Amino acid sequence: MENNKAIVIDHLTVAYDAKPVLWNISCGFNKAQLTAIIGPNGAGKSTLIKSMLNFIQPITGSIAFSTMEDEQVPYKKMKNKIAYVPQNTTVDWDFPATVLDVVLMGRYGHLGWLKRPGKKDKNVAKQMLLKVGLPTFASRQISQLSGGQRQRVFLARALAQEADIYIMDEPLSGVDMKTEHIIMKLLKKLVEEGKTVIVVHHDLQTVEEYFDHVVFINQEVIAQGSIQGAFTKDNIDKTYHQDRNLGEGEG
Amino acid sequence: MLNQISLLLNDYTFQIVALGTGFLGLLSGVVGTYATLRKESLLGDALSHAALPGIGIGFILIQRKELSVLLLGALVSGLIATVIIQTMSKKTVVKLDSALSLILSSFFGLGLVILTSIQNNPNAQQAGLSNFIFGQASAMLLSDVQLIGVVGLGLLALVALFWKEFKVFTFDPMFAQTLGFSGKIIESLMSTMIVVTIILGLESVGVILISALLIGPAVAARQWTNRLSVVVLLAAIIGFVSGVTGTFISSLGERIPTGPAIVVVVSSFVFISLFFSPKRGIIAGHYANKKRQKVFMNQIQSLEE
Amino acid sequence: MSMIFEITLVAVVVAVACALPGVFLVLRGTTMVSDAITHTVLLGIVLAFFITQDLNSPLLMIGATLVGVATVWAIEALQQTKLLSNDAAIGIIFPLFFSIAIILITRYAGNVHLDVDAVLMGELAFSPFRRLMFLGMDLGPRALWTMLIILFINCLFIFLFYKELKITTFDAGFAAALGFSPVLVHYGLMTIVSLTAVGAYDSVGSILVVGFMVGPPLAAYLMTNKLHVMIALTVLMALVNSVIGVQLAFMLDTTIAGMIAVVTGVTTLTVFVFSPKKGLIKAFLNRRKEQKKMDQRLKTIEQAGR
Repeated sequence: MENNKAIVIDHLTVAYDAKPVLWNISCGFNKAQLTAIIGPNGAGKSTLIKSMLNFIQPITGSIAFSTMEDEQVPYKKMKNKIAYVPQNTTVDWDFPATVLDVVLMGRYGHLGWLKRPGKKDKNVAKQMLLKVGLPTFASRQISQLSGGQRQRVFLARALAQEADIYIMDEPLSGVDMKTEHIIMKLLKKLVEEGKTVIVVHHDLQTVEEYFDHVVFINQEVIAQGSIQGAFTKDNIDKTYHQDRNLGEGEG
Repeated sequence: MLNQISLLLNDYTFQIVALGTGFLGLLSGVVGTYATLRKESLLGDALSHAALPGIGIGFILIQRKELSVLLLGALVSGLIATVIIQTMSKKTVVKLDSALSLILSSFFGLGLVILTSIQNNPNAQQAGLSNFIFGQASAMLLSDVQLIGVVGLGLLALVALFWKEFKVFTFDPMFAQTLGFSGKIIESLMSTMIVVTIILGLESVGVILISALLIGPAVAARQWTNRLSVVVLLAAIIGFVSGVTGTFISSLGERIPTGPAIVVVVSSFVFISLFFSPKRGIIAGHYANKKRQKVFMNQIQSLEE
Repeated sequence: MSMIFEITLVAVVVAVACALPGVFLVLRGTTMVSDAITHTVLLGIVLAFFITQDLNSPLLMIGATLVGVATVWAIEALQQTKLLSNDAAIGIIFPLFFSIAIILITRYAGNVHLDVDAVLMGELAFSPFRRLMFLGMDLGPRALWTMLIILFINCLFIFLFYKELKITTFDAGFAAALGFSPVLVHYGLMTIVSLTAVGAYDSVGSILVVGFMVGPPLAAYLMTNKLHVMIALTVLMALVNSVIGVQLAFMLDTTIAGMIAVVTGVTTLTVFVFSPKKGLIKAFLNRRKEQKKMDQRLKTIEQAGR
């Protein structure tokens, strides 16, 4: 059973300045499947992702990864096998970098310290730009892109990492239909190649169409499972319409 | 006049000083590019002011003007200021700019207090005090230029060596960490580079104006290109030319302090770039806008017809 | 009046006059703009001096204040081009204005009764020597009167526009929707900051003014959540800092303004560490307490899990 999980989260509690954000989370993400993390604003979705990526130290609990070869290892051994696509508002778009520069950054992890990207890396980067449908944009400055194009560039950067696990924070928020279509097609293809894709998602309308698996989060895990089994009105209501008071009155 | 100029250009002291300020400009152009892109340009301003008490204490300890010791003192007090500013802005509700302003002025005040007591003059209105404040490039010796050269080459080597890491970290620090580059290492490397550059510039450009030398070349260079490598290169050139030209103007004219002269030259580069850059410049933008308006107007008119 | 008493009086008035507008600078997070203003009013002073040839002319104060406001305008104009980041715009404008001022002063030092060191730190110790005479009567140090007038203007501004300042500081968009122009309030505030900097420069100098403006309000901000309490505490802190600073400066025979800046730094940092509301230690203790609570809750969960 555990063998088909790419990530296993066990009794995870995370707090910012002693204010609990995630409480006693236990869940798993299936290998070679497309999983949506769903929950209202402030439910701790981004925090969950950030803890998986080791940005935040949890108070208790563990997060273990397994890929095609390795079984159950901590994050440190996984770095180059996990690709992360942040929400696209966080960088300075006036930074002097071209689209190709940004995608090429995806190769840096494989290069390690000091080594420079070579011709092979550039080719990989160009390939990925082709995949996201922006082959002619390589030498554009990043500020000259639309929101959807920016998101696709970030996706190309993640693809260039050639990782096993892809973790994405709301990749579809604020993008146009065309971009949404391209992104979802690419994610499905990744899954077909045996990769694991985890997406924080906000649009309940499209969950059934896009995903295989779903995890409902509102500070705690409300429900998880396959779309057919877990994506029910009852679970949605529980996740979105409940005043939750963490940890108190329980136990 | 021409005679005067050629005399000046052949003057040994001028050559030394121009070389020193030129190289300093080059260095701050390169280092400042990263500081500016990371939106840390005002931190540089606060740190340079905060270096003053360190200079004073360094002087008290050895009782003479030994540049390396004074700069070491400046380094220590600059780093202390950094720690206080970071603690204030990150650990509590205090905003970064409040922390910067407070530390800037109270460290500077402390520096004045120490320098005043060194001169044993309650009014502190003697020459010499303002050297580190406005910089006095003419006081530069060959050994000072050598110091700037050696340390500067070290900094440039670091930039070349960690080019890829600095680039990705400056653009997207979170992403750099997911790639396995330690943010702490890169960040402390970059901060140290900024502090060291500031301190090298204290003697010639001075506490108040060195931050302009960090920001100016980077902002000017940014307007001409979209490639980081070219920005860094251009900033280095602009910094170098500003340093030399500023020193030249200050030596040529009577009673023109070097630091302010360099700042005026750097600022001219900035404004020329902001206005006349062919792609992003204010004038180009204005015309592009007008053109677009015309096209739209024509389209609307043709629709109406 | 004894000299030290007069100096203390001037110091107190300067400190309070500076600290009052500082309250809103700290709350708005625009203290570095005020740092820029305090540098650039020097250019205004020099330029206005060339025209009026009189350092005590009220026209000079008005001219210099206008240059301070022009600085804010120039910074914002640069920021609006979007060609450079907001802090870089500040970092470009003020060194330029300041440099031009320094070059002018140095070149025409013979004609101008201004020198570079005085510009930097001013000299409170001299204030008792410049007296205001009216019909042959000695009314006290000139700086005292200048700063009293500025203090009065600052108080009046805050009193009259208290509501507007509060609402535009708290939520500029909401204020605009209610019909209070945040831009107008902003420029009003910047004008009095500028005026204060001009008035204070010959007592305190251009660099230390910003410490006088930021220190006391920051300390007050760390002690309370109420705006009117914050203003009262700001005045108190300014008072304490300047009195202690003057005393220490006389004891150590050193620059008075510099000493007050140091004392301001020390008291503010002390409040920062020890403040019972938002201080560093308090934050640390809070975290530990919450952590303990959470550990206990976690334990109960673990036990229940078994």
